[in-house]
Amino acid sequence: MMSALDTRAAGRRSPGTPPATHPEPRAARRQSSWQRFKRDRFLLLLGLPGVLAVLLFHYIPLIGDIIAFKDYRPYLTIWESAWTGLSNFGVIFNGDPAFLNALKNTLIISLLQIVLVFPVPIGLALLLNSLLGERIKRFVQSILYLPHFMSWVIVVALFQQMLGNAGVYNTWAGSHGLPTLHIIGNTHLFYVLITSQVIWKDAGWSTIIFLAAISRVDLELLEAVAVDGGGRLRQLWHVTLPAIRSVIVLLLILKLGDVLTVGFEQIFLQQAPVGQQASEVLDTYVYNHGIVDGDWGAAAAVGLVKGLVGAALVLTANKVAHLFGERGVYASW
Amino acid sequence: MVTQALPGSQARRMQTINGTRPPGLGIRGLKGIVLLICCALVVVPFIAVVATSLADQRQITEAGGYVLWPHHPTLAAYQAIFRGGVVTRALLVSVGITAVGAALSVTVVALLAYSLSRPGTWGQRSVLMLILFTMLFNAGIIPNYLLIKQLGLVDSYWSLILPTLVSAFQVIIMRAFFLEVPTEIIDAARIDGANELQILTRIMLPVSKAVIAVVALFNAVAYWNAFFNAVLYINSSEKWPLQLVLRTYVVNNAAVGGDLPGEVLPPQHSLQMAILVVSLVPICLVYPFLQRHFAKGVVVGAVKG
Repeated sequence: MMSALDTRAAGRRSPGTPPATHPEPRAARRQSSWQRFKRDRFLLLLGLPGVLAVLLFHYIPLIGDIIAFKDYRPYLTIWESAWTGLSNFGVIFNGDPAFLNALKNTLIISLLQIVLVFPVPIGLALLLNSLLGERIKRFVQSILYLPHFMSWVIVVALFQQMLGNAGVYNTWAGSHGLPTLHIIGNTHLFYVLITSQVIWKDAGWSTIIFLAAISRVDLELLEAVAVDGGGRLRQLWHVTLPAIRSVIVLLLILKLGDVLTVGFEQIFLQQAPVGQQASEVLDTYVYNHGIVDGDWGAAAAVGLVKGLVGAALVLTANKVAHLFGERGVYASW
Repeated sequence: MVTQALPGSQARRMQTINGTRPPGLGIRGLKGIVLLICCALVVVPFIAVVATSLADQRQITEAGGYVLWPHHPTLAAYQAIFRGGVVTRALLVSVGITAVGAALSVTVVALLAYSLSRPGTWGQRSVLMLILFTMLFNAGIIPNYLLIKQLGLVDSYWSLILPTLVSAFQVIIMRAFFLEVPTEIIDAARIDGANELQILTRIMLPVSKAVIAVVALFNAVAYWNAFFNAVLYINSSEKWPLQLVLRTYVVNNAAVGGDLPGEVLPPQHSLQMAILVVSLVPICLVYPFLQRHFAKGVVVGAVKG
């Protein structure tokens, strides 16, 4: 994810390497923009559909964001609707209770994901790495990666079937005289449910990046620790963990940059039984207030501010990653 | 890549692991139990769902709803949902959207990535910035919805395909792959008189079959799993993709089979589980391929530097 996005490494020549070969590199530099445009017309034509799709579905909606400053009515066009200045942003700055509740839930769920979800794949990766048999390791990996590819609808359905009030566990526990669970539809345990679903779906898949980092640990160093009389715990503490620290720090920082976004489909699917008080997050707030309740302007305002703050957080996180000596995602920015 | 054995060290690892003695039986047993529990947590739900979809009425009633092993397996539930009701239609819709979406998406992405991978192309840096920016900032649900409405795509299948056609991430990945193709080959072809189209079709596409297949499958999984765009844009229930049907009948527990012709339906539970199985089987079928190549792709993209 990281180096792939490094535009500089790929797009521009880095100072140390010879210039990318081009049929006539010198002539190319002297050609005017128009000549180069004509020369590259076939390549540009190939790229055109993709560029148009990006412009249409990612840039035109930016214009639509102006309804955050308008009193939009579905029967009028965006242009005909009346300007209202910043009044739509009142829900944010005057602290509309529903908005504050959504913000609170978003931040709590994000925090839980950082504290409880983030460490799981690290532990799992260390455990998998310590397995002796390659075959067992691969078998376990192929099982643990599977849920990542399931849609949220499937994951939510599976959780209901397993842990629902009449689900597999309760049926089994009931017939064996064990205590039954009431997690699904329980407002108090909604955070727990959301968190455990995320772990179930993605903990296995997320081990990949850590396993890759572990696989590059210097074996000589591990053996040096052993020669000095250290056991496996010392190897772990003094060699393996320091070696994967940079990946951990990087992913953690990126996660922090993403705190305003929590699984939208996942939560949207499970709002009905627990109600909005317990389950509303920023994204569902925008949907419920805008598209369902028709308060278009305010919803767009919340969406816009969320997008801007989110982008600022990602860029900040990226800067912080640089300060920690990591490359960050947007390496050339 | 992840599990690749390191040459030379393999032999040493057999007697001592990186210089330390192999762990005792207790530790190994503990690890085994932890991993067994992890695997069971993943596998048991799938087993219960598949088994219940195959079980007959009597066993389901006796077991109180779910079974872990069908005593008298029957395909009645599948026959019922494939008899031409809402599930059959949704399955066709999902297959169509997945096939068209994945093919279209990989084509557009590959062409864009290719045009951005040739050194010195006009406007390349600006276009790259344009694409990278989409990963940073998203206009949000409301403007996207208004755009689809403005384009007249509400309740059209295209509303499920077009908005997610180009993913910046995929463009970057593919472009990185194309950049790895040695320029010498391309220059040699050009000297031999090949034009850009021939370079693309004779050199670039053949050498990048694998990455194209991976991106196509990636998109197929995404289109198959996509759910929320259908909630937003599709109003008429006969255009629902499978994920929406799954939500209505399994997550929200609506009664299945009201629209089905006929006699006695298999138990509701079997029908629900059969819908669930139908929606997850295609993923399981492509999964072995996904796992191998995705793992590699993610790692190559992620921690190469």
